[in-house]
Amino acid sequence: MSVGTAPPLLVSEARSRRAPRSAPWRRAGWRAGGRLVLGVLIPVALALGWELAIRSGLAQGRLLPPPSRVLGTLLALAQSGDLGLHVQATLLRVALGFASGATAGILVGALTGTLPLGRHLLDPSLQALRAVPSLAWVPLFILWLGILETPKVVLIAVGVFFPVYIGVSGAIASVDRKLVEVGRIFRLSRPALARRILLPAVLPGTVVALRTGLGLGFLFVVAAELMGASEGLGYLLVDGQQFGKPDQILAAILAFAGLGKLADGLLVLATRPLLRWQDVSRGVL
Amino acid sequence: MLTIQDLSKTYADGTQALAGLTLSLAPGEIVAVVGGSGCGKTTLLRLVAGLDTVTTGLIRLDGATIDGPHPGLGLVFQEPRLLPWLSIAENVGFGLAHRPAAERRTRVARALDRVGLTDHARRWPRELSGGQQQRVAIARAFVADPQVLLLDEPFSALDAVTREDLHRHLLALWAETRPTIVLVTHDVAEAAALADRVVVMRPHPGCIHATIAIDAPRSGDAAGQLRTTGALRALLDQSLATVTRRPAPAL
Repeated sequence: MSVGTAPPLLVSEARSRRAPRSAPWRRAGWRAGGRLVLGVLIPVALALGWELAIRSGLAQGRLLPPPSRVLGTLLALAQSGDLGLHVQATLLRVALGFASGATAGILVGALTGTLPLGRHLLDPSLQALRAVPSLAWVPLFILWLGILETPKVVLIAVGVFFPVYIGVSGAIASVDRKLVEVGRIFRLSRPALARRILLPAVLPGTVVALRTGLGLGFLFVVAAELMGASEGLGYLLVDGQQFGKPDQILAAILAFAGLGKLADGLLVLATRPLLRWQDVSRGVL
Repeated sequence: MLTIQDLSKTYADGTQALAGLTLSLAPGEIVAVVGGSGCGKTTLLRLVAGLDTVTTGLIRLDGATIDGPHPGLGLVFQEPRLLPWLSIAENVGFGLAHRPAAERRTRVARALDRVGLTDHARRWPRELSGGQQQRVAIARAFVADPQVLLLDEPFSALDAVTREDLHRHLLALWAETRPTIVLVTHDVAEAAALADRVVVMRPHPGCIHATIAIDAPRSGDAAGQLRTTGALRALLDQSLATVTRRPAPAL
């Protein structure tokens, strides 16, 4: 039996039942649009204000360049192909680190979550390791693994591993005993119990853990690239600092923001079909 | 034939929940188990369902000892316990995963029809009311075609009108295959309306205080007619009162 068979029709029915009769869709659209305007009001006003202050000669903008120059730098980097190169390098590192860290986190989390022996054996050590700030490993990684790609990917993987591990093992530990009993009443074998009850039950928690992990992956890619890299968005940051190019730093920060948001959005989009059954409050609040 | 012989249950912390309980149920019989809270009703059901292990004594279904969940035994919990990630139809068919898809579909459709939820087959559990969800849970238990169906206060969280509605749905489903039903309840009216026999339990430790056979016919079993007899209720109320007021004499 597959997850997610309720047709979208039912969702719209449920909504129209709740909403008032008079043009509910248009009103909802206005509300969403209004919220968007409110959300971007402050950053846009600040950017415009700064732009105007510099144009009118009130400020110099040497250390904080106006938005037009930052965007211009970003555009120039994109046109020369440099931006694509740096984005590619950064994304590859995050992808490799996230994939290995998240896989290990899910596997070890599943192990300690389901087998008491595994939990008693591994969890104390992992909790102790978690207490070490991941960046403290950097000198050791460099000694062991050199200064090229490997230590960067390993650092990202370590950073991603812990939140995913904690999230997955916690999700398994908090699976409702009452639902497990339903499985027992229908005499599910252990693999069937895992597949039909545990797996769907831990999916929401796992997705949240993966999103946290992905965010940390971007945090650690910056740290890794600041350590020393010849390409990547982090390199653009260091380069901008060393050669006094604040517009390049801000352009790289903008690129990071865009990439992070995009990656998170893709993750949410990819997992949404699996979680449609959730009784969430998002639609109401 | 379900037989329970000299059943005792002592939990790890030393609490004796049941002591020396003996009961046997004929095929197709509906037995209500009533008693105050803490008298071991739920413990009894969990032992028969094979969810907990017995301390001493024997539970047998047609001669075979029950020591774990058994295909001939179904259980409806106090809460619906539907799986939130499955549609209503998938929830009802949960115990039929090993059957061919076509058979599964017809049996699920039939059960949904019996509990009046055909229109809701493709909805999520969260879209249904509490009473509707409990109907789904009852359909899920019936659709696996158990010999014995155990119900643990399945209507206790519902309002009176919904409860009576569910009584009818329960009897309609029961009339199809006539499984033995053990209905644990604290509602005397419910016991009187549904059961052929009412077992009154008392606590410390849990055991049978009295057994009351109900002769009055359940008018028209197939149509799902309920029985309401004032005198019967009075009798049951009286029996329950003796349990709660003073330590009952040994039987």
